[in-house]
This record gives sequence, structure tokens and C-alpha cells, in this order.
Amino acid sequence: METRAARISLSIWTLAVVLFLWLPLVLICVYAFNSSNIQSWPIAGFTTKWFSSAWHDQDARDALVLSLKAAGLATVVAIALGTAAAAAVSRFRFFGRDAITFLLVLPIALPGVVTGIALNSFFGNNPVHHFNPGLLTIVIGHATFCIVIVYNNVVARLRRTQTSLTEASMDLGADGWQTFRFVTLPVVSTALVAGALLAFALSFDEVIVTTFTAGAQNTLPIWILGNLRLGQQLPQVNVVVFFVIVMTVIPVAIAARLTRDTGILRRR
Amino acid sequence: MTTQTLPEAQAASATISPAVDVRLLGVRKAYGDVVAVDGVDLEIEAGEFFTLLGPSGSGKTTTLRLIAGFERPDSGRIELSGVDVTGRAPYERDVNTVFQDYALFPHMTVADNVAYGLRVKGVPRAERRRRVEQILQVARLPNVADRKPIQLSGGQRQRIALARALVNAPKVLLLDEPLGALDLKLRQEMQIELKRIQREVSEVGITFVYVTHDQEEALTMSDRLAVFNEGRIEQLGTPAEVYEHPATEFVAGFVGISNVLERDGRRFTVRPEKVQMHFGANDGGEPGRIRDVVYVGMFTRYVVELDSGGELTVVRQNLETSSADALESRGRRVRLEWRPEHTFDMERPGGHE
Repeated sequence: METRAARISLSIWTLAVVLFLWLPLVLICVYAFNSSNIQSWPIAGFTTKWFSSAWHDQDARDALVLSLKAAGLATVVAIALGTAAAAAVSRFRFFGRDAITFLLVLPIALPGVVTGIALNSFFGNNPVHHFNPGLLTIVIGHATFCIVIVYNNVVARLRRTQTSLTEASMDLGADGWQTFRFVTLPVVSTALVAGALLAFALSFDEVIVTTFTAGAQNTLPIWILGNLRLGQQLPQVNVVVFFVIVMTVIPVAIAARLTRDTGILRRR
Repeated sequence: MTTQTLPEAQAASATISPAVDVRLLGVRKAYGDVVAVDGVDLEIEAGEFFTLLGPSGSGKTTTLRLIAGFERPDSGRIELSGVDVTGRAPYERDVNTVFQDYALFPHMTVADNVAYGLRVKGVPRAERRRRVEQILQVARLPNVADRKPIQLSGGQRQRIALARALVNAPKVLLLDEPLGALDLKLRQEMQIELKRIQREVSEVGITFVYVTHDQEEALTMSDRLAVFNEGRIEQLGTPAEVYEHPATEFVAGFVGISNVLERDGRRFTVRPEKVQMHFGANDGGEPGRIRDVVYVGMFTRYVVELDSGGELTVVRQNLETSSADALESRGRRVRLEWRPEHTFDMERPGGHE
């Protein structure tokens, strides 16, 4: 009896937590279909007209394109650097290995505003090169936390992989590159894809670091923020928010499926 | 049959091959302060089934890994077929390894696993297919080619690991406790299988170097064996030599049961099955008392405390004895007798025992 009561109250509690997390998100998705341009509950009627008007908004389109470019490029950078770092850390024992692990993971714990300010000051004022704010600076900013995501996923997979696999490959006549190509890469591939999807999702809805690195350009989240602040085009904002939620949830859900057995799903 | 199986290797062995396939000269390997292999000299002849036997941490696996090239020795020299390979990478040595955990590639089918060595060496696809099929026949696993390793039983994985190594027709096959993960019955089956496979490929001259901590396995399978202890070889010889004439106390204890006595300043060993046990008080031999009885089904082990000092283990077949009879004899007075030609003098315990 006790266990049954405990199970019921636990279910209710879990449900409450899920509602707490998801109710606002569901609500804003519902507002995206509201026929009135004033947000009030219940919605006045069902319409999809805001979808076409948001789609034809040139600013929103530019922001979307920039967001996709930035997230795509940041993910590519993260795949290359994150995988290489994971391979090095798990394959070799070298001086300063623990320190490097720490330095790799730390940026994800740093407040975005700190990363943002640091990057902003570095781009504008460093002895090597002056970076004009734009796509490049956004990509660099996003890469700082995207690398960790890929690194974490790949390193966890490598840790669970038998070390004898690479030895077996070398033993059978494969050199280092062949071993990486035929054994290591396929073994980590799902973890790699999962990491990349998470990185993409994180980059796609990032606001804080972007604020400090984008200059005059708008990514989609910045465009949303700007319109909210000015109280403009609120119905279109709802539609865009709906779209951002979908663009974030789908990759994260796929990533979770791909790494089901490793259970590595870290968000900031 | 065999000549069809591995034609490339046979062609290779048609050239004059030196009698010694693997040679280790003063090989030493330490990890920090721990000396894993402490100056090992070893010569393994072509076509031999050679076993490195020893407890865990005795350096046998490290020795195998040094031959494979996964480890570099701190000093010393490793030769394969008379060629110095000390500085060569694993993929530059004509040896293949069967790993303790099999190390099958989880993302590849059985056929792709077995073909891997041929593929990275650029053997054409058709040729690869043919050789994979042949070796799967030898391993008696022709019907699993399209499965993934995870869909196979432990015994099947073991055979695949073996096939994956043998398909390359290496000069030397290294086996790192390959049967360790199998249950007893399967292990005994595979022991016989391994010997069969070695016989089948022996005409093409594959040397088997086998690592195990199981003395029975070592005695059954090897042509010769080396007993390892604390990074050194304690004794090297045929199974019969090592079992019947253990050179040191360690070997006597590790290979079989340690039966060491000291009489008149002479330390010697006598094997438990060579000792006769009499229950009558008037028989010959040394008097003693049965301290412990272990019933093992086919036979019973008696531990006898001798009046003049020391302990001997005696093994008796349970010809007409039941477990109850055997266990009842605990505490009884007996006399033990053995023939002088069945005793062997021990070296004085060395610095490392």
C-alpha cells in the first residue's frame, strides 16, 4: 500500500515538474496560431496567417539565414576540434593531460556574459588582427562552447570502447590513419553526430555570447529579443519562437536517441 | 586440404626459413618502478606451439605485447625470422594476435572483421572473399559471415578472432589467454580445436605463442613452455620436463602441487601421484597423519603431515572409495612411500621467490 501511495505521489510530482518546464513553451506555440494580434487566453481563433507573414518578413529571413550559417559553421569547427581533442586525450598519456581536459571543459561553465565580453574585447583589441563583428566572430564565439559538447560526447564513447580495438587494427596491418578511418571513426560516429546535433541546437538559440560578437547583425534569437523589447510584430515573434523550439527540440531528441546507451546529454 | 587453405603462406615458407622464428635477447621493460619483464632471453622455433605460463603480473603478457609491437622494450632486442624488429610498429611485423577480449570490431560483420587484415593490405576483393570463406571453414563457422559480433556466442567470437588473425597467414600467431573468458567445457573443447587448427596450418609453418596462467592448459597444448615469475623465466622445457623435473620451488608449486620436503640437508620435490599411501602400521615409508581431505570426484587429495617435518599432498584415484570413506579418513595415521627416482632436487630458493 505504501509503495503504491508513494508511486502515485511521485507520478504527480513528476508531472508537475514536466508541466513547470513545458507549459510556457506549449503556450507560446499555441499563441503562434492565435488569430488576434493581442495575446490573451483563451486565444481568439485559429489561424496560420502569421506563418506566411513571418516567412515573408525580410529581417526575419536574414536572421534565420545568419543563424543557420553560424550554427552550421560552429558545428563544423566543433566536430573537427572536439574530435581531435577527444582522440588525443583518450589515446595518449602526456604531460598536462588533466589540465588540458579541465581547460577544454571549463568554457561551458563560464557565464556567457564573461565569454561574450572577453571575446568582444579580444576581437576589437588584440595585437594580431582586428576582427570586424560579423559571421566569423559569431562562429568563433559559438565554437567556444560547441567544441565542449562534441568533445564530451566523443570522449565518453572512446572511454567505453575497448582499447584493444585500435591495437587489433594495427596488429592486422593498418597504420594510424587507416585505424582512425576504419575503426575509431565508425565506433564514435553516433556519439559524434549526437554531439554535433547538440552543438547545432545550442548555437542556434544562443543569445548572450552572440550579443557581444554579432555587432549590428541579427541572429534569429537576437531578432526575437529586439522585437520583444520594442513591442513590434509580436505575432510573428511567436511564430519564429515556435520555429526555434522545433529546431532545437528535434536535434536534441535525435541526439538523445543516438547516445541512449551512453546517456551523455549535457546542456548548460 | 591445408595447402589449399593458405597458399600465400606456403609460398613464403618455401623460401628457406630460419629454424628460430622468435628471438628475445635481454629484453627488459619497466613501467615506472615496476619491472614487468626483467631481462628475458628466449628462442621459439618455427612451427612450435610455445606457451608462456605464469601467474598474473609475472610478465608473460608484457612479453607477448613486446613481440606484437604494442610495447617497446627499454633495452634488449626482438627478432622475428632473424630480422631485428625492435623498433618496428605492430603493422610492420609479420605477427598477428588473438586478444583476450577478442577485440572484434563491433561495427563490422564477421566477414568484414576477418577480411580486415587483407583489406588494409590492399588484397583485391574477390581474393579477400575466397580467403575469408576458406578460413571460416577451417574455424568451422561458415554460416555466420553476415552477422555482427554481438550476435555471436563467446565460443564463436573466439573462433572469429582466431580466423581474423590466421587469414593473414602470419609467421607467428600470438594468443593472449584466448580461452580465459570461456566456461570450462567450452575451454576444453577449444583446447582441442586450437591444436587441430595448428596442425592443419602447421605445414605452412605458423608458430603459436600462447599466454596462459592455467598450468593444465599449458601442459596439454604446448610443445615447449616457459614458466614466468616476476619478469623472469624460471624454467623452459617440454611439458614433461617442467612437470616432472621442476627446476625451482616456484615451478614445483605453480605447475602442479608444491610437494617440497627437506631431508638430510637435501631439498627435493615429489609429485602427488607418485606417492603411495598405506593405512597399515607395518608398511614401509615415513609415518604421518592425514590433516586434510579434498574429494574431487575422480580422485581425492590428501594432505599428510609427516612426523619428521613437512607436508605432502597425495592424490589417490577413487577406485573403490566413496566421498564418505574419503572424508572419514581425516586424522588417521598413515605411512607414505615414494621411490627415490621420483624425487627431484630443488635449486636453493633464489633472490626472486
